[in-house]
Amino acid sequence: MNANAPIRNTQAESDLIDRYDAAKSALAGSVAVSALRDSALGQIKDKGLPHRRVEEYKYSDLRAFMKSAAPLATAADSAAVKGVLEASETFGDLDRFKIVVANGSFVAELSDIDALAAEGVSVSNLADALSGDEGAQLLKSPKTGPNDGLVALNTAFVQGGVVVTVADGAEVSKPLELVQLATATGAQVVRNKITVGKSAKLRVLESFSGDTGYGEINTVFDYDVADNAHVAATRLITGKTESARLLTTIATLGAEAEFKSLGFIAGPQFVRNQQFINFTGENSEAKIYGVSMAGGRDLADQTLIVDHAVPHCNSREFFKTVLDGEARGVYQGRINVAPHAQKTDGEMMTQALLLSETAEMANKPELEIFADDVLCAHGATSGQIDEDLLFYLRARGIPEDEATTLLVLAFLSEAIEEYGEDDVTEGLEQRVRDWLAGH
Amino acid sequence: MLEIKNLHARIAEDETEILRGIDLTVNAGEVHAIMGPNGSGKSTLSYILAGKDDYEVTEGEILFNGENMLDMEPDERAAAGMFLAFQYPIEIPGVATMEFLKTAMNAQRKARGEDTLSIPDFMKRVKEAAAHLNVSMDMLKRPLNVGFSGGEKKRAEILQMSLLEPKLCVLDETDSGLDIDALRIVSDGVNKLRGPDRAMVVITHYQRLLDHIVPDVVHVLSKGKIVKTGDKDLALELEKNGYADIINAAA
Repeated sequence: MNANAPIRNTQAESDLIDRYDAAKSALAGSVAVSALRDSALGQIKDKGLPHRRVEEYKYSDLRAFMKSAAPLATAADSAAVKGVLEASETFGDLDRFKIVVANGSFVAELSDIDALAAEGVSVSNLADALSGDEGAQLLKSPKTGPNDGLVALNTAFVQGGVVVTVADGAEVSKPLELVQLATATGAQVVRNKITVGKSAKLRVLESFSGDTGYGEINTVFDYDVADNAHVAATRLITGKTESARLLTTIATLGAEAEFKSLGFIAGPQFVRNQQFINFTGENSEAKIYGVSMAGGRDLADQTLIVDHAVPHCNSREFFKTVLDGEARGVYQGRINVAPHAQKTDGEMMTQALLLSETAEMANKPELEIFADDVLCAHGATSGQIDEDLLFYLRARGIPEDEATTLLVLAFLSEAIEEYGEDDVTEGLEQRVRDWLAGH
Repeated sequence: MLEIKNLHARIAEDETEILRGIDLTVNAGEVHAIMGPNGSGKSTLSYILAGKDDYEVTEGEILFNGENMLDMEPDERAAAGMFLAFQYPIEIPGVATMEFLKTAMNAQRKARGEDTLSIPDFMKRVKEAAAHLNVSMDMLKRPLNVGFSGGEKKRAEILQMSLLEPKLCVLDETDSGLDIDALRIVSDGVNKLRGPDRAMVVITHYQRLLDHIVPDVVHVLSKGKIVKTGDKDLALELEKNGYADIINAAA
């Protein structure tokens, strides 16, 4: 096979390429941003959408999944946004700040800008920033996977999003929900840049609401976590939808910092939740959790690369997957340890529970270690519900479906509870029960 | 209460025949002990009563209060009043003991068309039963049976039995792994549940347990059949002479 042979574009790729020029005139950006967009589109033209012959997408062939590409969603009417916002049930009645992005663009009037400002958090429109002098800097993402196709797609078409900056030392009192919602069908391409200053503390909730029809959501969350700052990010990827959910986290950690995240998947047909964690300062810690549920013929993909480029950092990765029907689960986790990154402590575990004979799990934990004084471990399991446990519960009078729910919940809760953001635990566990009852 | 007629059963997977024609009638208010050497089919009988699908009944029937027990799912049998105290209680990580107890009690009540328990009512029952069995609240907060010692597991089984108030209690080698003090606590717990409306089947290797839980009837099981039935003195005789005489006499 000749690796340089031009690819034959699929319908979706042709849609994207054909639509680019018209779209671009409506998309924000300085000259430098425009050049970055062009170059990113060039990558799509040359390589196509990510597909199974690209190692990182071997089990999640977006090219095959996307039969066509929806046009970008158009600006939302404020009343409609309010309606979807009020109807959305993301984190229940949890007391929190909200920042709203609708149909790909920041909606200032529905965001808690003043309340956040009082907490030391400034919020501005990414689309405005892209037109400014520093615009290109926002899209020059720190290290991701090698020329990741999703990030390229995001760079080419990014409509808007928010730039959130937490002042040094600010400890934000309530969680901040980044609400991304749709009032109309169409693709949403969003980038959020979140900078958390030295010794600051921020808890983020990331949610997606509303019907995008066949429009995919491609969102990049780019976190910059300064020295001694703490961030916890809970991502809720839920709801029945036939369109792809393509989500990327890039986190760059300074020294003595902590970044925690939980990616919770239940419902969509095609989810790729990928995270690139980069340690740039010593004595920092990343704790990355995943809880995936998929039924029918759905795909839930959790992929991450944790890059230990400096010594004395810890990372913990703990992922749980429950599959039913003909669903497929994917876990790809790689811990890289650079030659001088001594005293790295990395521990990765992925566990899957298959509720049917036809579900499939691809577990791919990887360690790439070039230093000689490190503690790194990884493990992967796939199994079925233990019949002995099920029998014990049933022998006590608990019907089979209820007993199964107890066991699945116990299995998934291990990750939710270790993540340890107590104010979201109950809501997430209820979502597990709802999924089991209705998927 | 329980009528077992000509029960034949085998292991479903490899068709090994285990029970070869058991006849046993247990009336309400009675305590029956089943003794027998290893491999005689004692545990298999208890699992078949509870509804474990590793075994296949090839002949015979089991009536539980006149109903065909073999047609019922394990949870239906439990709701109808069948309880098996497991020889090896299973550890269930991630399921808190309290949560499990509440779920089980309410599931059975629901199946019988009764109201679910209020939280205070539930707590009161658990606290009372736990105190009698020397089960600490700390134990109840832990995941079910996880990290419990052998004695704690057996006490937790009897705690479940007390709370679920079954009509038929089957105790499968509840004495195994117990020290003398734990044996007394467990036996006292079992004796408290003895009553005119309740029947018990106590499976054991040793006469020791039967000093504490005095049976009305003792059966000897060998090679899947009951080969001898007598009163509590039969257990003493076995303790003294072993199984060999009785089994040889039957053969």
